Amino acid sequence: MPSLLQQQPNFIMNLDDFLVSAAESAHRKGPNDRIVMSSRVRLARNIKDGAFPGWAKKPERVRVLEVIRPAVENLPEMNGAFSETMDNLSALDKQILVERHLVSREHAAKSAGSGLVINTDETLSVMINEEDHLRIQALRPGLAIRQAWQAIDRLDSELERKLTYAFSNELGYLTACPTNLGTGIRVSAMLHLPGLVLGEQINPIIQSVNKLGLAVRGLYGEGTEALGNVFQVSNQMTLGETETSIVERLEKVLAQIIEHEENARASLLEKKPKTMYNHIGRAYGILANSHSISSKETMNLLSLLRLGVEVGLFPKTDGSLVDELFILTQPAHLQKSHSGKLSAEERDLLRADMLRERLKPVSRPVIKPGGSTMPGVDKSDKS
Amino acid sequence: MCCICKEKNATVHLTQIAGEKMQKVDLCEECAKTKGVNDQTGFSLADLLLGLGASQELEQSVGGLDAKCPQCGFTQADFKKSGRLGCSECYVTFAEGLGGLLKSMHKGTKHVGKVPENLRTKRDITELLSALQKKLNKAIESENFESAAQLRDEIKQVNAQFAAATA
Repeated sequence: MPSLLQQQPNFIMNLDDFLVSAAESAHRKGPNDRIVMSSRVRLARNIKDGAFPGWAKKPERVRVLEVIRPAVENLPEMNGAFSETMDNLSALDKQILVERHLVSREHAAKSAGSGLVINTDETLSVMINEEDHLRIQALRPGLAIRQAWQAIDRLDSELERKLTYAFSNELGYLTACPTNLGTGIRVSAMLHLPGLVLGEQINPIIQSVNKLGLAVRGLYGEGTEALGNVFQVSNQMTLGETETSIVERLEKVLAQIIEHEENARASLLEKKPKTMYNHIGRAYGILANSHSISSKETMNLLSLLRLGVEVGLFPKTDGSLVDELFILTQPAHLQKSHSGKLSAEERDLLRADMLRERLKPVSRPVIKPGGSTMPGVDKSDKS
Repeated sequence: MCCICKEKNATVHLTQIAGEKMQKVDLCEECAKTKGVNDQTGFSLADLLLGLGASQELEQSVGGLDAKCPQCGFTQADFKKSGRLGCSECYVTFAEGLGGLLKSMHKGTKHVGKVPENLRTKRDITELLSALQKKLNKAIESENFESAAQLRDEIKQVNAQFAAATA
Protein backbone atom coordinates (compact mmCIF):
# COMPACT_ATOMS: atom_id res chain seq x y z
CA MET A 1 0.00 0.00 0.00
CA PRO A 2 1.63 3.27 -1.09
CA SER A 3 1.75 5.92 1.58
CA LEU A 4 -0.17 9.17 1.21
CA LEU A 5 3.07 11.12 1.34
CA GLN A 6 4.35 9.43 -1.78
CA GLN A 7 1.22 10.31 -3.65
CA GLN A 8 1.12 13.95 -2.65
CA PRO A 9 3.27 15.32 -5.50
CA ASN A 10 0.69 13.99 -7.96
CA PHE A 11 -1.72 16.74 -7.03
CA ILE A 12 -1.52 20.19 -8.49
CA MET A 13 -2.41 23.04 -6.18
CA ASN A 14 -1.93 25.98 -8.52
CA LEU A 15 -4.94 26.58 -10.71
CA ASP A 16 -2.99 28.60 -13.31
CA ASP A 17 -0.65 25.68 -13.92
CA PHE A 18 -3.54 23.29 -14.12
CA LEU A 19 -6.32 24.69 -16.32
CA VAL A 20 -5.95 24.34 -20.08
CA SER A 21 -5.96 27.59 -22.02
CA ALA A 22 -9.25 29.04 -23.24
CA ALA A 23 -8.03 28.33 -26.80
CA GLU A 24 -7.47 24.65 -26.06
CA SER A 25 -10.77 24.42 -24.22
CA ALA A 26 -12.57 26.01 -27.20
CA HIS A 27 -10.98 23.52 -29.60
CA ARG A 28 -12.50 20.51 -27.88
CA LYS A 29 -15.05 19.06 -30.24
CA GLY A 30 -18.06 16.88 -29.62
CA PRO A 31 -21.05 15.50 -31.52
CA ASN A 32 -23.58 18.15 -32.56
CA ASP A 33 -21.53 20.94 -31.00
CA ARG A 34 -22.94 23.49 -33.43
CA ILE A 35 -25.95 23.49 -31.14
CA VAL A 36 -25.07 21.48 -28.05
CA MET A 37 -22.12 23.25 -26.47
CA SER A 38 -21.65 20.73 -23.66
CA SER A 39 -23.25 17.87 -21.73
CA ARG A 40 -23.09 17.33 -18.01
CA VAL A 41 -24.25 14.68 -15.54
CA ARG A 42 -23.94 15.28 -11.84
CA LEU A 43 -24.75 13.04 -8.89
CA ALA A 44 -25.53 14.24 -5.36
CA ARG A 45 -24.20 11.93 -2.65
CA ASN A 46 -23.81 12.07 1.13
CA ILE A 47 -21.91 9.87 3.50
CA LYS A 48 -23.82 8.09 6.22
CA ASP A 49 -22.29 9.82 9.21
CA GLY A 50 -22.48 13.53 9.69
CA ALA A 51 -25.04 16.26 9.12
CA PHE A 52 -25.45 17.73 5.63
CA PRO A 53 -23.03 20.62 4.93
CA GLY A 54 -25.68 23.33 5.32
CA TRP A 55 -26.51 22.16 8.85
CA ALA A 56 -23.14 20.82 10.04
CA LYS A 57 -20.91 23.05 12.13
CA LYS A 58 -17.46 23.89 10.76
CA PRO A 59 -15.47 21.22 12.69
CA GLU A 60 -17.82 18.57 11.37
CA ARG A 61 -17.56 19.84 7.81
CA VAL A 62 -13.78 19.76 8.13
CA ARG A 63 -13.94 16.18 9.43
CA VAL A 64 -16.15 15.08 6.54
CA LEU A 65 -13.84 16.84 4.06
CA GLU A 66 -10.88 14.97 5.52
CA VAL A 67 -12.67 11.66 5.07
CA ILE A 68 -13.86 12.31 1.53
CA ARG A 69 -10.95 14.21 -0.02
CA PRO A 70 -8.32 11.42 0.15
CA ALA A 71 -10.90 8.91 -1.09
CA VAL A 72 -11.49 11.06 -4.16
CA GLU A 73 -7.80 11.88 -4.69
CA ASN A 74 -6.89 8.20 -4.70
CA LEU A 75 -9.26 7.29 -7.50
CA PRO A 76 -7.35 6.18 -10.62
CA GLU A 77 -9.20 8.86 -12.63
CA MET A 78 -7.79 11.53 -10.35
CA ASN A 79 -4.12 10.85 -10.98
CA GLY A 80 -2.47 14.25 -11.44
CA ALA A 81 -5.67 16.02 -10.48
CA PHE A 82 -6.13 19.52 -9.15
CA SER A 83 -7.10 19.27 -5.50
CA GLU A 84 -7.66 22.16 -3.13
CA THR A 85 -9.78 23.36 -0.25
CA MET A 86 -12.05 26.29 -1.01
CA ASP A 87 -10.49 28.58 1.60
CA ASN A 88 -7.17 28.31 -0.26
CA LEU A 89 -8.61 29.58 -3.53
CA SER A 90 -8.76 33.29 -4.30
CA ALA A 91 -12.08 34.91 -5.21
CA LEU A 92 -10.73 35.37 -8.74
CA ASP A 93 -9.77 31.70 -9.14
CA LYS A 94 -13.18 30.64 -7.90
CA GLN A 95 -14.84 32.90 -10.45
CA ILE A 96 -12.62 31.46 -13.21
CA LEU A 97 -13.81 27.99 -12.22
CA VAL A 98 -17.43 29.15 -12.40
CA GLU A 99 -16.85 30.65 -15.85
CA ARG A 100 -15.38 27.31 -16.98
CA HIS A 101 -18.42 25.52 -15.50
CA LEU A 102 -16.16 23.41 -13.29
CA VAL A 103 -17.82 24.49 -10.03
CA SER A 104 -21.29 25.80 -9.22
CA ARG A 105 -21.78 29.38 -8.12
CA GLU A 106 -22.93 28.03 -4.78
CA HIS A 107 -19.69 26.11 -4.31
CA ALA A 108 -17.59 29.14 -5.29
CA ALA A 109 -19.10 30.93 -2.29
CA LYS A 110 -17.81 28.23 0.10
CA SER A 111 -14.70 28.52 2.21
CA ALA A 112 -13.15 26.41 5.00
CA GLY A 113 -14.56 22.88 5.19
CA SER A 114 -15.26 22.61 1.45
CA GLY A 115 -13.01 21.24 -1.26
CA LEU A 116 -12.62 20.59 -4.93
CA VAL A 117 -10.94 17.91 -7.05
CA ILE A 118 -10.75 18.17 -10.87
CA ASN A 119 -9.15 15.55 -13.14
CA THR A 120 -6.42 16.47 -15.65
CA ASP A 121 -8.56 16.76 -18.75
CA GLU A 122 -11.23 18.71 -16.82
CA THR A 123 -13.96 16.21 -17.62
CA LEU A 124 -14.58 15.18 -14.00
CA SER A 125 -15.14 17.59 -11.16
CA VAL A 126 -15.87 16.65 -7.55
CA MET A 127 -17.21 19.28 -5.17
CA ILE A 128 -16.92 18.33 -1.51
CA ASN A 129 -19.35 19.91 0.96
CA GLU A 130 -21.36 21.91 -1.48
CA GLU A 131 -25.07 21.52 -0.67
CA ASP A 132 -24.37 17.79 -0.25
CA HIS A 133 -21.21 16.09 0.98
CA LEU A 134 -20.45 15.15 -2.60
CA ARG A 135 -21.42 16.63 -5.90
CA ILE A 136 -19.65 14.62 -8.56
CA GLN A 137 -19.97 15.59 -12.20
CA ALA A 138 -18.81 14.55 -15.63
CA LEU A 139 -18.59 17.07 -18.45
CA ARG A 140 -18.29 16.43 -22.19
CA PRO A 141 -18.15 18.76 -25.18
CA GLY A 142 -21.13 18.46 -27.53
CA LEU A 143 -24.04 16.06 -27.16
CA ALA A 144 -22.64 13.20 -25.07
CA ILE A 145 -25.01 12.73 -22.19
CA ARG A 146 -24.81 8.94 -22.22
CA GLN A 147 -20.99 9.00 -22.15
CA ALA A 148 -21.06 11.52 -19.31
CA TRP A 149 -23.46 9.30 -17.37
CA GLN A 150 -21.28 6.22 -17.91
CA ALA A 151 -18.18 8.10 -16.74
CA ILE A 152 -19.79 9.42 -13.57
CA ASP A 153 -21.51 6.10 -12.84
CA ARG A 154 -18.08 4.44 -12.89
CA LEU A 155 -16.53 7.10 -10.62
CA ASP A 156 -19.48 6.80 -8.24
CA SER A 157 -19.14 3.01 -8.07
CA GLU A 158 -15.45 3.33 -7.24
CA LEU A 159 -16.19 5.88 -4.53
CA GLU A 160 -18.89 3.77 -2.91
CA ARG A 161 -16.29 1.08 -2.26
CA LYS A 162 -14.38 3.54 -0.08
CA LEU A 163 -17.21 5.55 1.46
CA THR A 164 -20.48 4.48 3.03
CA TYR A 165 -23.20 6.49 1.38
CA ALA A 166 -26.42 7.60 3.03
CA PHE A 167 -28.85 5.35 1.19
CA SER A 168 -32.28 3.93 1.89
CA ASN A 169 -33.89 1.09 -0.07
CA GLU A 170 -37.12 3.06 -0.19
CA LEU A 171 -35.85 6.59 -0.98
CA GLY A 172 -32.50 5.89 -2.63
CA TYR A 173 -29.59 8.29 -2.13
CA LEU A 174 -30.47 10.73 0.65
CA THR A 175 -29.79 14.37 -0.21
CA ALA A 176 -29.95 17.68 1.67
CA CYS A 177 -32.74 18.93 -0.58
CA PRO A 178 -35.72 16.61 -1.23
CA THR A 179 -35.69 17.72 -4.88
CA ASN A 180 -32.52 15.65 -5.46
CA LEU A 181 -33.66 12.56 -3.56
CA GLY A 182 -33.50 9.07 -5.08
CA THR A 183 -31.03 8.97 -7.92
CA GLY A 184 -29.50 12.35 -7.02
CA ILE A 185 -28.97 12.83 -10.74
CA ARG A 186 -29.05 16.03 -12.70
CA VAL A 187 -28.55 15.57 -16.42
CA SER A 188 -28.11 18.75 -18.39
CA ALA A 189 -27.02 20.11 -21.75
CA MET A 190 -26.00 23.62 -22.68
CA LEU A 191 -27.62 24.65 -25.92
CA HIS A 192 -26.89 27.53 -28.27
CA LEU A 193 -30.24 28.46 -29.80
CA PRO A 194 -29.92 31.72 -31.73
CA GLY A 195 -32.20 30.46 -34.52
CA LEU A 196 -35.11 29.82 -32.19
CA VAL A 197 -34.57 33.17 -30.43
CA LEU A 198 -34.36 35.18 -33.68
CA GLY A 199 -37.29 33.24 -35.12
CA GLU A 200 -39.27 34.01 -31.95
CA GLN A 201 -40.00 30.34 -31.37
CA ILE A 202 -38.07 29.93 -28.16
CA ASN A 203 -40.93 30.52 -25.71
CA PRO A 204 -43.26 27.81 -27.00
CA ILE A 205 -40.27 25.44 -27.05
CA ILE A 206 -39.41 26.26 -23.43
CA GLN A 207 -43.04 25.74 -22.42
CA SER A 208 -43.33 22.35 -24.05
CA VAL A 209 -40.00 21.25 -22.58
CA ASN A 210 -41.25 22.35 -19.14
CA LYS A 211 -44.36 20.24 -19.63
CA LEU A 212 -42.15 17.17 -19.90
CA GLY A 213 -40.79 17.83 -16.42
CA LEU A 214 -37.56 19.38 -17.67
CA ALA A 215 -36.22 22.75 -16.59
CA VAL A 216 -34.79 25.41 -18.91
CA ARG A 217 -32.35 27.83 -17.37
CA GLY A 218 -29.74 30.41 -18.30
CA LEU A 219 -26.00 30.04 -18.81
CA TYR A 220 -24.94 29.61 -15.21
CA GLY A 221 -27.80 27.47 -13.96
CA GLU A 222 -30.57 28.30 -11.58
CA GLY A 223 -31.85 31.86 -11.61
CA THR A 224 -29.57 33.10 -14.39
CA GLU A 225 -30.39 34.84 -17.64
CA ALA A 226 -30.09 33.20 -21.03
CA LEU A 227 -27.13 35.35 -22.08
CA GLY A 228 -25.75 34.76 -25.54
CA ASN A 229 -28.81 32.66 -26.49
CA VAL A 230 -27.41 29.86 -24.37
CA PHE A 231 -29.92 27.71 -22.53
CA GLN A 232 -29.47 24.86 -20.09
CA VAL A 233 -31.98 22.01 -20.25
CA SER A 234 -32.08 19.56 -17.36
CA ASN A 235 -34.26 17.01 -15.58
CA GLN A 236 -36.12 18.09 -12.44
CA MET A 237 -37.42 14.83 -11.00
CA THR A 238 -34.98 12.39 -9.45
CA LEU A 239 -37.14 9.87 -7.57
CA GLY A 240 -39.25 7.07 -9.05
CA GLU A 241 -37.34 6.84 -12.31
CA THR A 242 -34.09 5.09 -13.24
CA GLU A 243 -30.99 7.02 -14.27
CA THR A 244 -31.09 5.42 -17.71
CA SER A 245 -34.66 6.45 -18.36
CA ILE A 246 -33.88 10.03 -17.28
CA VAL A 247 -30.87 10.07 -19.61
CA GLU A 248 -32.89 8.60 -22.49
CA ARG A 249 -35.74 11.06 -22.02
CA LEU A 250 -33.36 14.00 -22.13
CA GLU A 251 -31.65 12.58 -25.21
CA LYS A 252 -34.99 12.37 -27.00
CA VAL A 253 -35.98 15.92 -26.08
CA LEU A 254 -32.55 17.27 -27.06
CA ALA A 255 -32.75 15.58 -30.46
CA GLN A 256 -36.02 17.40 -31.02
CA ILE A 257 -34.69 20.76 -29.89
CA ILE A 258 -31.69 20.33 -32.21
CA GLU A 259 -34.04 19.64 -35.10
CA HIS A 260 -36.16 22.71 -34.28
CA GLU A 261 -33.06 24.89 -34.08
CA GLU A 262 -31.76 23.60 -37.44
CA ASN A 263 -35.17 24.22 -38.99
CA ALA A 264 -35.37 27.70 -37.48
CA ARG A 265 -31.96 28.57 -38.94
CA ALA A 266 -32.86 27.18 -42.36
CA SER A 267 -36.16 28.99 -42.37
CA LEU A 268 -34.55 32.30 -41.36
CA LEU A 269 -32.00 31.92 -44.17
CA GLU A 270 -34.71 31.15 -46.66
CA LYS A 271 -37.43 33.54 -45.62
CA LYS A 272 -35.71 36.36 -43.80
CA PRO A 273 -32.10 36.38 -44.95
CA LYS A 274 -31.85 40.16 -44.61
CA THR A 275 -32.94 40.04 -40.99
CA MET A 276 -30.35 37.39 -40.26
CA TYR A 277 -27.53 39.13 -42.17
CA ASN A 278 -28.46 42.37 -40.45
CA HIS A 279 -28.15 40.86 -36.98
CA ILE A 280 -24.88 39.11 -37.79
CA GLY A 281 -23.37 42.06 -39.67
CA ARG A 282 -24.16 44.44 -36.83
CA ALA A 283 -22.77 42.02 -34.29
CA TYR A 284 -19.52 41.81 -36.28
CA GLY A 285 -19.44 45.60 -36.68
CA ILE A 286 -19.74 46.29 -32.97
CA LEU A 287 -17.45 43.48 -31.78
CA ALA A 288 -14.69 44.42 -34.24
CA ASN A 289 -14.90 48.17 -33.75
CA SER A 290 -16.11 49.08 -30.27
CA HIS A 291 -13.92 50.72 -27.64
CA SER A 292 -16.00 49.79 -24.61
CA ILE A 293 -18.29 46.80 -24.31
CA SER A 294 -19.98 44.98 -21.40
CA SER A 295 -19.71 41.23 -20.93
CA LYS A 296 -23.45 40.87 -21.43
CA GLU A 297 -23.45 42.65 -24.80
CA THR A 298 -20.34 40.72 -25.80
CA MET A 299 -21.97 37.37 -25.14
CA ASN A 300 -25.12 38.30 -27.03
CA LEU A 301 -23.11 39.51 -30.03
CA LEU A 302 -20.64 36.61 -29.98
CA SER A 303 -23.66 34.32 -30.15
CA LEU A 304 -24.63 35.98 -33.45
CA LEU A 305 -21.05 35.80 -34.71
CA ARG A 306 -21.02 32.07 -33.92
CA LEU A 307 -24.25 31.74 -35.92
CA GLY A 308 -22.62 33.70 -38.74
CA VAL A 309 -19.67 31.30 -38.83
CA GLU A 310 -22.00 28.31 -38.81
CA VAL A 311 -24.15 29.53 -41.71
CA GLY A 312 -21.03 30.28 -43.75
CA LEU A 313 -20.80 34.09 -43.60
CA PHE A 314 -17.20 33.93 -42.36
CA PRO A 315 -15.74 31.22 -44.58
CA LYS A 316 -12.16 31.72 -43.39
CA THR A 317 -12.93 31.78 -39.68
CA ASP A 318 -12.89 28.79 -37.38
CA GLY A 319 -15.79 28.69 -34.94
CA SER A 320 -13.50 27.83 -32.07
CA LEU A 321 -12.18 31.43 -32.16
CA VAL A 322 -15.65 32.58 -31.18
CA ASP A 323 -15.86 29.98 -28.41
CA GLU A 324 -12.47 31.06 -27.12
CA LEU A 325 -13.56 34.71 -27.03
CA PHE A 326 -16.73 33.61 -25.26
CA ILE A 327 -14.53 32.37 -22.40
CA LEU A 328 -11.83 35.07 -22.49
CA THR A 329 -14.19 38.04 -22.40
CA GLN A 330 -15.91 37.00 -19.19
CA PRO A 331 -15.08 39.15 -16.16
CA ALA A 332 -12.75 36.84 -14.23
CA HIS A 333 -10.85 35.64 -17.30
CA LEU A 334 -10.37 39.24 -18.41
CA GLN A 335 -9.19 40.17 -14.95
CA LYS A 336 -6.76 37.26 -14.97
CA SER A 337 -5.14 38.38 -18.23
CA HIS A 338 -4.40 41.72 -16.60
CA SER A 339 -2.37 42.21 -13.45
CA GLY A 340 -3.96 44.53 -10.93
CA LYS A 341 -7.62 44.85 -10.11
CA LEU A 342 -9.89 46.30 -12.77
CA SER A 343 -13.11 48.22 -12.28
CA ALA A 344 -16.13 47.25 -14.39
CA GLU A 345 -15.51 50.28 -16.66
CA GLU A 346 -11.86 49.35 -17.11
CA ARG A 347 -12.86 45.79 -17.94
CA ASP A 348 -15.21 47.07 -20.65
CA LEU A 349 -12.35 49.01 -22.27
CA LEU A 350 -9.98 46.06 -22.02
CA ARG A 351 -12.61 43.68 -23.39
CA ALA A 352 -13.18 45.93 -26.42
CA ASP A 353 -9.40 46.15 -27.02
CA MET A 354 -9.09 42.39 -26.93
CA LEU A 355 -12.04 41.85 -29.27
CA ARG A 356 -10.77 44.39 -31.84
CA GLU A 357 -7.35 42.78 -31.77
CA ARG A 358 -8.54 39.19 -32.01
CA LEU A 359 -11.13 39.96 -34.69
CA LYS A 360 -8.63 41.80 -36.93
CA PRO A 361 -7.94 38.72 -39.07
CA VAL A 362 -11.68 38.07 -39.42
CA SER A 363 -12.88 39.75 -42.60
CA ARG A 364 -16.37 41.19 -43.03
CA PRO A 365 -19.25 38.77 -43.50
CA VAL A 366 -19.56 37.45 -47.04
CA ILE A 367 -23.06 36.98 -48.39
CA LYS A 368 -23.13 33.98 -50.69
CA PRO A 369 -24.44 34.63 -54.22
CA GLY A 370 -28.08 33.69 -54.31
CA GLY A 371 -28.36 34.17 -50.58
CA SER A 372 -30.43 37.27 -51.11
CA THR A 373 -32.25 38.05 -54.34
CA MET A 374 -34.36 41.03 -53.38
CA PRO A 375 -32.29 43.93 -52.17
CA GLY A 376 -33.68 45.69 -49.18
CA VAL A 377 -36.64 43.54 -48.22
CA ASP A 378 -37.10 40.03 -46.96
CA LYS A 379 -39.41 37.79 -48.92
CA SER A 380 -41.91 37.36 -46.17
CA ASP A 381 -41.25 40.45 -44.07
CA LYS A 382 -43.81 42.75 -45.69
CA SER A 383 -46.62 40.47 -46.63
CA MET B 1 -36.25 44.92 -12.97
CA CYS B 2 -38.22 44.24 -9.81
CA CYS B 3 -41.41 42.37 -10.64
CA ILE B 4 -43.42 43.95 -7.82
CA CYS B 5 -42.76 47.69 -7.99
CA LYS B 6 -41.54 47.45 -11.63
CA GLU B 7 -39.34 50.46 -10.97
CA LYS B 8 -36.10 49.55 -9.27
CA ASN B 9 -33.37 47.18 -10.32
CA ALA B 10 -33.85 43.67 -8.99
CA THR B 11 -31.06 42.49 -6.74
CA VAL B 12 -32.80 39.54 -5.08
CA HIS B 13 -33.46 36.60 -7.41
CA LEU B 14 -35.53 33.62 -6.35
CA THR B 15 -36.63 30.56 -8.21
CA GLN B 16 -39.85 28.87 -7.26
CA ILE B 17 -40.68 25.35 -8.31
CA ALA B 18 -44.25 24.22 -7.83
CA GLY B 19 -44.80 20.68 -9.06
CA GLU B 20 -43.41 20.74 -12.57
CA LYS B 21 -43.62 24.48 -12.96
CA MET B 22 -40.74 26.79 -12.30
CA GLN B 23 -41.17 30.46 -11.67
CA LYS B 24 -38.51 33.11 -11.34
CA VAL B 25 -39.06 36.00 -8.95
CA ASP B 26 -36.86 39.09 -9.20
CA LEU B 27 -37.19 41.63 -6.43
CA CYS B 28 -35.53 44.92 -5.54
CA GLU B 29 -34.00 45.34 -2.10
CA GLU B 30 -37.03 47.24 -0.77
CA CYS B 31 -39.76 44.94 -2.04
CA ALA B 32 -37.80 41.93 -0.82
CA LYS B 33 -37.82 43.47 2.63
CA THR B 34 -41.54 44.30 2.61
CA LYS B 35 -42.32 40.81 1.32
CA GLY B 36 -40.33 39.43 4.21
CA VAL B 37 -37.73 37.67 2.08
CA ASN B 38 -34.94 38.69 4.42
CA ASP B 39 -37.00 38.11 7.54
CA GLN B 40 -35.91 34.64 8.63
CA THR B 41 -38.92 34.01 10.85
CA GLY B 42 -41.83 35.08 8.67
CA PHE B 43 -40.62 33.87 5.33
CA SER B 44 -40.46 30.30 4.14
CA LEU B 45 -37.69 29.54 1.70
CA ALA B 46 -39.07 26.01 1.67
CA ASP B 47 -42.27 27.35 0.12
CA LEU B 48 -40.36 29.21 -2.55
CA LEU B 49 -38.03 26.34 -3.30
CA LEU B 50 -40.36 23.40 -2.99
CA GLY B 51 -43.70 24.94 -3.92
CA LEU B 52 -46.33 26.74 -1.91
CA GLY B 53 -47.77 24.70 0.91
CA ALA B 54 -44.64 22.59 1.34
CA SER B 55 -43.89 23.92 4.80
CA GLN B 56 -47.54 23.74 5.83
CA GLU B 57 -47.66 20.08 4.96
CA LEU B 58 -44.69 19.43 7.18
CA GLU B 59 -46.15 21.47 10.01
CA GLN B 60 -49.40 19.52 10.02
CA SER B 61 -47.65 16.21 10.47
CA VAL B 62 -47.09 14.91 13.99
CA GLY B 63 -45.11 17.15 16.28
CA GLY B 64 -45.65 20.35 14.33
CA LEU B 65 -42.79 22.78 14.09
CA ASP B 66 -41.20 21.51 17.29
CA ALA B 67 -40.49 17.98 16.04
CA LYS B 68 -36.77 17.46 16.26
CA CYS B 69 -34.39 15.01 14.60
CA PRO B 70 -32.78 12.92 17.37
CA GLN B 71 -29.65 12.51 15.27
CA CYS B 72 -28.79 16.11 14.40
CA GLY B 73 -31.25 18.35 16.28
CA PHE B 74 -32.80 19.74 13.09
CA THR B 75 -36.43 20.90 13.43
CA GLN B 76 -39.29 21.32 11.00
CA ALA B 77 -39.01 25.05 11.62
CA ASP B 78 -35.45 24.86 10.28
CA PHE B 79 -36.77 23.09 7.21
CA LYS B 80 -39.34 25.79 6.74
CA LYS B 81 -36.59 28.38 6.73
CA SER B 82 -34.07 26.65 4.51
CA GLY B 83 -35.92 24.10 2.39
CA ARG B 84 -33.06 21.67 3.17
CA LEU B 85 -32.83 18.85 5.71
CA GLY B 86 -30.24 18.46 8.47
CA CYS B 87 -28.97 14.90 8.00
CA SER B 88 -29.89 11.60 6.37
CA GLU B 89 -31.77 10.52 9.52
CA CYS B 90 -34.14 13.51 9.06
CA TYR B 91 -35.82 11.52 6.27
CA VAL B 92 -36.93 9.03 8.94
CA THR B 93 -37.79 11.68 11.55
CA PHE B 94 -39.90 13.75 9.18
CA ALA B 95 -41.10 10.88 6.98
CA GLU B 96 -44.77 11.64 7.45
CA GLY B 97 -44.58 15.30 6.52
CA LEU B 98 -42.26 14.62 3.61
CA GLY B 99 -44.47 11.95 2.05
CA GLY B 100 -46.92 14.30 0.37
CA LEU B 101 -44.16 16.64 -0.62
CA LEU B 102 -42.23 13.94 -2.43
CA LYS B 103 -45.35 12.78 -4.22
CA SER B 104 -45.96 16.21 -5.73
CA MET B 105 -42.31 16.74 -6.53
CA HIS B 106 -41.25 13.49 -8.15
CA LYS B 107 -42.40 10.87 -10.60
CA GLY B 108 -42.79 8.30 -7.81
CA THR B 109 -42.05 7.89 -4.13
CA LYS B 110 -40.01 4.69 -4.37
CA HIS B 111 -36.40 4.64 -5.53
CA VAL B 112 -35.91 2.48 -8.63
CA GLY B 113 -32.44 3.60 -9.70
CA LYS B 114 -28.90 2.64 -8.82
CA VAL B 115 -28.15 0.79 -5.57
CA PRO B 116 -24.65 0.80 -4.01
CA GLU B 117 -22.92 -2.48 -4.82
CA ASN B 118 -22.23 -3.52 -1.22
CA LEU B 119 -25.90 -3.02 -0.32
CA ARG B 120 -26.92 -4.85 -3.46
CA THR B 121 -24.73 -7.82 -2.48
CA LYS B 122 -26.06 -7.70 1.06
CA ARG B 123 -29.64 -7.62 -0.18
CA ASP B 124 -29.07 -10.44 -2.66
CA ILE B 125 -27.35 -12.61 -0.05
CA THR B 126 -30.09 -12.00 2.50
CA GLU B 127 -32.64 -13.08 -0.07
CA LEU B 128 -30.61 -16.15 -0.98
CA LEU B 129 -30.20 -17.14 2.68
CA SER B 130 -33.88 -16.88 3.44
CA ALA B 131 -34.68 -19.04 0.39
CA LEU B 132 -32.16 -21.68 1.48
CA GLN B 133 -33.50 -21.63 5.03
CA LYS B 134 -37.02 -22.31 3.75
CA LYS B 135 -35.76 -25.27 1.71
CA LEU B 136 -33.91 -26.59 4.74
CA ASN B 137 -37.03 -26.39 6.93
CA LYS B 138 -38.99 -28.29 4.29
CA ALA B 139 -36.29 -30.95 4.03
CA ILE B 140 -36.27 -31.45 7.80
CA GLU B 141 -40.06 -31.61 7.87
CA SER B 142 -40.06 -34.33 5.24
CA GLU B 143 -37.19 -36.06 7.03
CA ASN B 144 -35.00 -35.74 3.96
CA PHE B 145 -31.82 -35.58 6.04
CA GLU B 146 -29.40 -36.06 3.20
CA SER B 147 -30.67 -32.97 1.41
CA ALA B 148 -30.93 -31.11 4.74
CA ALA B 149 -27.25 -31.71 5.44
CA GLN B 150 -26.39 -30.44 1.97
CA LEU B 151 -28.48 -27.31 2.48
CA ARG B 152 -26.96 -26.73 5.91
CA ASP B 153 -23.46 -26.77 4.34
CA GLU B 154 -24.60 -24.45 1.60
CA ILE B 155 -25.95 -21.93 4.13
CA LYS B 156 -22.69 -22.13 6.02
CA GLN B 157 -20.80 -21.35 2.83
CA VAL B 158 -23.01 -18.38 1.87
CA ASN B 159 -22.69 -17.00 5.39
CA ALA B 160 -18.90 -17.24 5.16
CA GLN B 161 -18.97 -15.49 1.78
CA PHE B 162 -21.17 -12.78 3.24
CA ALA B 163 -18.81 -12.26 6.16
CA ALA B 164 -15.87 -12.02 3.75
CA ALA B 165 -17.69 -9.57 1.48
CA THR B 166 -18.67 -7.23 4.27
CA ALA B 167 -15.40 -7.44 6.20
